[in-house]
Amino acid sequence: MVKKLIDSGEAVGIVAAQSLGEPGTQMTMRTFHYAGVAEQVPTGLPRLIELVDARREPAQPLTDIYLIPRYVKDKKKNEEVAIALEHVSLSDVCTVTENFVRKELRIKVDLKFAQSKGITVKNIISMLRLQLDKIGKIKSKRDQILLHVDTTYAKLRKITLKVKAVSLKGVKGLNRATVVHSEKTGEYFIRAGGFNMHDVKKVDDLDYGRLYSNNVREIEKHFGIEAARNAMLKEIKQVMDLQGLLVDVRHLMLISDAMCARGSVEPVGRHGLSGRKSSVLARAAFEETVKHLVNASIEGQEDPLNGVTENIIIGQTVKLGTGKVRLVMR
Amino acid sequence: MEFTEKKVDAIKFTLFSPEAVRKMSVIKVTVPDTYNEDGYPIDGGLMDQRMGVIDPGLRCKTCGGTVHTCPGHFGHIDLVRPVLHSEFSRVIAVVLKITCASCSRTLVKKGATNTLDELLSEEQLLAQMKKTKKCPHCQAKQEDIRYEKPTTIMEGKRSLLPIEIRERLTKIPDDDLKMIGMDPESARPEWMVLTALPIPPVQMRPSIILDTGDRSEDDITHKLVDIIRINQRLDANLNAGAPQLIIEDLWELLQYHITTYFNNESANVPPARHRSGRPLKTLTQRLKGKEGRFRYNLSGKRVNFSSRTVVSPDPNMSINEVGIPLTIAEELTVPIYVTPWNIEECKALMRKTEYPKVVYVTGKDGRRRKLMDKTVEELITVLDVGWIVERQLQDGDPVIFNRQPSLHRASMMCHRTKVLPGRTFRLHVAVCPPYNADFDGDEMNLHVLQTYEARAEAEELMLVERQILSPRHGAAIIQPNEDHVSGAYLLTRKGEKFTKDEASRFLGAAGIYEMPEPDKSGMYTGKKIFSMLLPKDFSIEYKTRLCREVSDCTKEKCPYDGYVIIKNGVLEHGAMEKKGYSGTILEKLFNDYGPETARAFIDQSTKMAVYSVTHFGFSVGIENYHLDKKTADVIDGLRDKAVKEVEGLIVKYKGKTLSRSPGKTLKETLEEQIMMVLSHSRDSTGTILKDYFGQDNTSIVMANIGSRGSILNVIQMSAFLGQQAVRSKRIRRGYKGRVLPHFKSMDVGAYAKGFVGSSFMKGLTPSEYFFHAAGGRESLVNTAIRTARSGYMQRRLINALQDLYVDYDRSVRDSDGNLVQIRYGGDMKDPMRAKKV
Repeated sequence: MVKKLIDSGEAVGIVAAQSLGEPGTQMTMRTFHYAGVAEQVPTGLPRLIELVDARREPAQPLTDIYLIPRYVKDKKKNEEVAIALEHVSLSDVCTVTENFVRKELRIKVDLKFAQSKGITVKNIISMLRLQLDKIGKIKSKRDQILLHVDTTYAKLRKITLKVKAVSLKGVKGLNRATVVHSEKTGEYFIRAGGFNMHDVKKVDDLDYGRLYSNNVREIEKHFGIEAARNAMLKEIKQVMDLQGLLVDVRHLMLISDAMCARGSVEPVGRHGLSGRKSSVLARAAFEETVKHLVNASIEGQEDPLNGVTENIIIGQTVKLGTGKVRLVMR
Repeated sequence: MEFTEKKVDAIKFTLFSPEAVRKMSVIKVTVPDTYNEDGYPIDGGLMDQRMGVIDPGLRCKTCGGTVHTCPGHFGHIDLVRPVLHSEFSRVIAVVLKITCASCSRTLVKKGATNTLDELLSEEQLLAQMKKTKKCPHCQAKQEDIRYEKPTTIMEGKRSLLPIEIRERLTKIPDDDLKMIGMDPESARPEWMVLTALPIPPVQMRPSIILDTGDRSEDDITHKLVDIIRINQRLDANLNAGAPQLIIEDLWELLQYHITTYFNNESANVPPARHRSGRPLKTLTQRLKGKEGRFRYNLSGKRVNFSSRTVVSPDPNMSINEVGIPLTIAEELTVPIYVTPWNIEECKALMRKTEYPKVVYVTGKDGRRRKLMDKTVEELITVLDVGWIVERQLQDGDPVIFNRQPSLHRASMMCHRTKVLPGRTFRLHVAVCPPYNADFDGDEMNLHVLQTYEARAEAEELMLVERQILSPRHGAAIIQPNEDHVSGAYLLTRKGEKFTKDEASRFLGAAGIYEMPEPDKSGMYTGKKIFSMLLPKDFSIEYKTRLCREVSDCTKEKCPYDGYVIIKNGVLEHGAMEKKGYSGTILEKLFNDYGPETARAFIDQSTKMAVYSVTHFGFSVGIENYHLDKKTADVIDGLRDKAVKEVEGLIVKYKGKTLSRSPGKTLKETLEEQIMMVLSHSRDSTGTILKDYFGQDNTSIVMANIGSRGSILNVIQMSAFLGQQAVRSKRIRRGYKGRVLPHFKSMDVGAYAKGFVGSSFMKGLTPSEYFFHAAGGRESLVNTAIRTARSGYMQRRLINALQDLYVDYDRSVRDSDGNLVQIRYGGDMKDPMRAKKV
């Protein structure tokens, strides 16, 4: 055990960064198919960069929803919930045409498709009433709904967009919910594209504790920084595993921890970890040189010269590793 | 030599006050010119010798120093009218916005401190102040203040003159400044409006002499000439009482020149140009970016005692060594500090006239003396304790060896020198992976360590043998490669037996001069010979790559050499292959016996393996990939069946009987299934080829033991190339409805969309060749993009994490002492050492 301990003074940050960065050149740029999700989910370098940047929204957000233990092995129940979750907006099942002369919107419903989603014309009308304030007369016959709007042309356009956006069912932000079977545990879960934890939380029978999204920022918002740190670790690890690259978890943990150390998920880079360093010289040497120098002089900032870059700049020993040790004469 | 060790504790950043500028100035520059006709610096001009000298032989008129000793001195210009500092103009606008136009107090009510009830963040407070329309102190109405790039500040509809701005800023009380986050000691806001401009020393802007003998001035000097000239014209016009319009125009021009002097790339300002039309490189441009002062000169420094040349392989060295050309060894030097104990050796060394000789000696005065035939004897007599003798590089000196890009710490390792004939650095092939080096013309750098501390530290921490395991995953990165693996396999596989004579050659190659016990017939098995490389108490058991994962594993009876048993240093069963030889065994050796043992194992075993591979002979040729008619037909049949199957899918697709996979369109489903069918057919040829070529085909052997190549390479040479892809889809770009004119429009069959049914042996048809090139091009483009993107990501990661270190309590902290992890990695273990064994 003692033999395996990390040496004190070891520049673990640099080692971690190198361990993640060095295999970067071996990663693919390709995307990857997730079970059940039609779109391609980025893996490899693009996904890694996305994570390290702590983007607000990943290129392909996903939400995993587990049902409470009672239903977790119930495929049918899962499918029911999945269908209920999947968001359908009016423009998904209808085509909307504008009639400027008669000042009217003609909404044509694709009945077959609507039916497959469990939506009727009646549903649509009631949702229109519910979600649009100030609405004109609504007439309907079979697969057509006529919406009379008495406004100017420009406003008609705006209303058209609003009508198209009317949500008919499901949770806004979630599309294509599919049921996935986990071979390992024999459980079923729902994997949906998009994220909207705020509304997903309200769904009946879901196991709130197992709610997960590949959007780390969303996790942070709903479960806090500790969960976000774990999610970040999990996501980075997943990228490395999928690429078949061996990287010790300790490195990935350190990076996740560093990103979350200040209480919120911060990106690696000039807007995050590097930009918030206390050292003026380190910031100036990274990016936006002049900006940092200008601000430092106005505020009369003092650089304590504790970090790596600063000491390299002025030509002193870096306080890491063997440079960390000092002798005191008694 | 005397040491005065000083340490910089901190660096504080402040603004210059005009007084400070004048105080540090050694000269008020008044002449907008540099040299007179005689090529002599003009007094009071920009090259005045009081600001320092750049010509050898001249002496600085301020400090009396020469080019080498005078650090340069600042001068200054008094601007006749104040001018905004362009880099601070935005800040000035903000300060004006939050202070009163008439009384210059901050727009905050007296006593309105940040109480707990209305705790405001800095931003909120600032926003509130910006919105205040009436001064709480003097009740004056506040006009709206707007900032326009680059240096205009509008109040209502009127633009404020720098004089007015300066007046207002001057009036702001110190306490109010502290409140808005400025430090009045180091940065009074009026200092951001320039009245005196410091002129940097000549050393900072040296002129260069062209071949024609003409002087060419630095961009900064050019810019300063402009500033002084306009400043003078403005002064003359003011004194002559010129109309306001002309004055303002000139003022404006002065502002322009000063703006571009600081930053020639500021928004909304046309860049100042050189006569040739090239934009001038002014102050900001000097600091900024990759080639700027910070990243080019401060974060990266050039060094002496280094060399660079092409690398070439040498399997006969130790991995710890690096071969150095004699010419380089003669040039590079190592200092020896003369002590009472080594003074005689030093003197003896100084007397030498051939290769390992002394080049310089440095006395206590710090003066360095070159050793020459005439001076040797004299220098020997004066040589004393405390002097430094610099001798040429010798065998065994520790040096640091490096190959760029230095992506991880194993890109710089300590080697021991080995002086060799030739002109290239020689490198053991097993250390290529950490450097990512090959020998197609790669060059590498070498640094000679100059202090005993550095030498000790490098040998303790950076020596190659200590880097055998990667800190990234704790597995070996310095390991036997390619032919080493082949050689070890050939030697240790089942049934290899050698005579005493042969066996001693194997062992001798590895530098082992003992013999193992022969078997009853007086022969030596390959396994026995190989066992001599292992420590006597070494035991391990593992499954090799050759393991076929059969359900009833017979372990020691495995017919495929798939199960290795080593007992007390004797390889009893199984053969060496990549996973065990370069992985499991090596890592166990390192972890249990230490770096020296692991190094010795690599050194010896690779030499034995190289001998082995030459002993048996190991090569590939066209016969390795030639198929007989029967097998070729089987493979063609397999391929044609797959193509037929694709056609079947297309028929189904057209007839809409194809069942759609969830979440996909019909077309996507079709494409997916076609890809699957085709890739499956290619993979299935693998087993046929393996069976046909058998276990004696060198190409198959290499794929199996993991020394080089994979079965896919064999497939592509002998069977067929398979589906080519662009963006992981079948190739579809080109003409409307078809990729190439060779096909019918709307043909979605296998061959029309990038399926290559020929092998490299057979040769590709023109259209197949095109598809192959299209796929190949994508991977080239991807590689180029990927290196750039991952390089930037790594730079950001390094910059963000470089200050993190493990403290004595094994917590991880950054340079300010902030806690990042309470225990490193949760278990305080070193990733390099933590691996389960």
